[in-house]
Amino acid sequence: MNPKRKQRLFIILGLVSGLGVAVGLVMYALSQNINLFFTPTQIAKGDAPETQTIRVGGMVADGTVDRDPQSLKVSFDVTDFDHNVRVTYEGILPDLFREGQGVVVQGRISGDQLLASEVLAKHDENYMPPEVTEALRQSGKLDKMMGAKNK
Amino acid sequence: MIPEIGHFALVLSFAVSICLATLPLCGYFTRQQGFLATAKPLALLQGFALAVSFGVLMYGFLAHDFTIKYVADNSNLDLPWHFRMSAVWGAHEGSLLLWVLILSLWGVAVALFSRGIPDHMSALVLAVMGIIGVGFLAFMLFTSNPFVRILPFAPSNGSDLNPLLQDPGLIFHPPMLYMGYVGLSVAFAFAMASLISGELNSMWARWSRPWTTVAWAFLTLGIALGSWWAYYELGWGGWWFWDPVENASLIPWLVATALMHSLAVTEKRGLFRSWTLLLAIAAFSLSLLGTFLVRSGVLTSVHAFANDPERGVFILGFLVVIIGGSLTLYAVRASKVSEPGEFAWISRESFLLFNNLILTVMAVSVLLGTLYPLLVDAMDGGKVSVGAPFFNAVFVPLTAILVSGMAFGPLSKWRQSDDPRLYRPLIVTMIVSVVVGLAWPITLSGEYSIATAIGVTLALWLAIATAVDFVKKTSNYGGVRQTLARVERGMIGMWFAHLGLAVTIFGVVMVENHTEHRDLRMGVGDRQQLGSYEVRMTQVSVLRGPNYIADQAIFEIYRGDRLYKTVSPQKRRYNASGMVMTEASIDSGFTRDLYIAMGEPLDGGDWAVRLSVKPYVDWVWAGAFLMGLGGFVSVTDKRYRQRAVEKKPESSIEGAKA
Repeated sequence: MNPKRKQRLFIILGLVSGLGVAVGLVMYALSQNINLFFTPTQIAKGDAPETQTIRVGGMVADGTVDRDPQSLKVSFDVTDFDHNVRVTYEGILPDLFREGQGVVVQGRISGDQLLASEVLAKHDENYMPPEVTEALRQSGKLDKMMGAKNK
Repeated sequence: MIPEIGHFALVLSFAVSICLATLPLCGYFTRQQGFLATAKPLALLQGFALAVSFGVLMYGFLAHDFTIKYVADNSNLDLPWHFRMSAVWGAHEGSLLLWVLILSLWGVAVALFSRGIPDHMSALVLAVMGIIGVGFLAFMLFTSNPFVRILPFAPSNGSDLNPLLQDPGLIFHPPMLYMGYVGLSVAFAFAMASLISGELNSMWARWSRPWTTVAWAFLTLGIALGSWWAYYELGWGGWWFWDPVENASLIPWLVATALMHSLAVTEKRGLFRSWTLLLAIAAFSLSLLGTFLVRSGVLTSVHAFANDPERGVFILGFLVVIIGGSLTLYAVRASKVSEPGEFAWISRESFLLFNNLILTVMAVSVLLGTLYPLLVDAMDGGKVSVGAPFFNAVFVPLTAILVSGMAFGPLSKWRQSDDPRLYRPLIVTMIVSVVVGLAWPITLSGEYSIATAIGVTLALWLAIATAVDFVKKTSNYGGVRQTLARVERGMIGMWFAHLGLAVTIFGVVMVENHTEHRDLRMGVGDRQQLGSYEVRMTQVSVLRGPNYIADQAIFEIYRGDRLYKTVSPQKRRYNASGMVMTEASIDSGFTRDLYIAMGEPLDGGDWAVRLSVKPYVDWVWAGAFLMGLGGFVSVTDKRYRQRAVEKKPESSIEGAKA
């Protein structure tokens, strides 16, 4: 084999194996770092693991937001209108956080509560996070919610 | 009447782009000069028609023409005039119009500044850009027309621009970003043109190099502006979130960076030809993919607007046509690409190959992480999200590897470069950067941070190595002025860009590892310690803006007993939409930003307040600015303005030796 071809062969082998290793590592890192999504109903049934960070989507149930008068601790229920899950959070809530609005919460399950590390609300009046839509669709309450919104 | 002119101009530009997409190609294949010569006038006409169309839409905003649905949806009588101008690209339809306008302006630029390029080549380039234009204009006219009217009962007032977008950042961020995104279409079109014509020598690399560099520079600035905007407007002080839409701009940037370096090898040495072609295709395809991700709403993102799935399907179809078509052409023609010349294992070619390998891996891993939720969902694996920990875990080490290599490339020589004397200055560079890097965290309060030590070492390593290269060149040319006058401008641009990356890395390392950050409950009269400052909340009042009502808090910042500054963050409620926005107060400084933002009102007149000290955060964007500047400097090189002589690249002569 002439040296030029040999060099090219080495380069290609190097590239392919480099990319292979990289993709493998990436997939491994992915499997360690994904956050699975659960609906409030799934959590109520105990499907969600306690050891992993998870995401929950749903609506903030009316009249459930409860603030600690001394600190920034706050707790509220996220509902898919079938089941509720109690969320506790310490920090600043997003500007568009409201009772009766869709939120996505990221955190860990502890007992019957979700200790939230992050609360995300939508940034656009008409935008509904896909996770929330999914949760409401699974609980069969999507139409009801849309109806309530148009009222 | 006036909106119809804009609508007509849009339809006209669609017709023109169909001609542009077909006539020059017909001319090329039937060898008729007349058809080929239509490319430039058509490109100019398309640019003119779209400029008229865009101008009309802007006039609609400025004149409060609420008979135009897009204006009614995104403007308001109370909206200040400068936001009415930027509102033109504040939502879906208008931002697409901006997209095609910029595409056509790049076409105009190619038509005007391609005198050094053979006529059939520039005609083919414009034709390929015409094809892209047809796709986007069809998309606009059939699914997202900005000139749809509300007649006869037009609303008396509009429903206002999304308050998030009522910010000076929005005036500049999208046009810059689109200049970059769309500018990559020029590199793509050059690659396509050379594949169509089969002229796969390295001339196309020289022609497309300045275009690629300019597009890259705009993309760099656009991403930086977006990050800066996010920082003060919606991010609660974060500057990068690994949000799918951010990733959608980062991926083409990484590939475009690889492309710039690969083009250098192809231009100078005639090597990596087929790889460079593939990168040019990939860079633009990925920016199209970015557009698809932003516009279709398939991914959860802070940028996601209310979306229409039909639009997503259309862009996806277009994406398949462009990527599929270009890759098919590549597959057919790439086997004909010869790779003359050779290089030793230690040579500038090898270092640039290394650069390309790392950048490609970075791009692929960000792409995988971004699309993973879609893949899992498509395979019924449920809804998942991939967060920042993944991207940090992959991106940070790869950046470290990339930066380690970046010191060697500029010092090395083409072809063969294994003389150790070339790299001797790097020994001192390494010692200095490691010693200073390890010592740096000691000067900071708090626990010793090994991450900071490594990060600062890398930033110094890159900065000093760049300086070393500069000093070496000055000793060769006999002085700084002689060097700057005689060295290739691309070299000067590279120094700026590499130094810029070092600056950015330093900023990132400091702000990520040493931000002091507290979320507190504060009332009037409360005092809090923030770094070496004391923050006192002295007053909360209500303030009326042009189209909002704000709660404004006054904070006095003391250093010791001396009043350093008074700041007034706001919580705004916009009248038309009822949306609430946070206006943070940021005191920018060379070594740190003080960030104060109001959270939500609590009982008893207290407020949730976020206080942060962000060390060196402005360096993140200053570095990006240096990179962009480097890009613009390098295209001022006079060899790009020369009329290209039909000269064989030097490498093919060298190739004979092989």
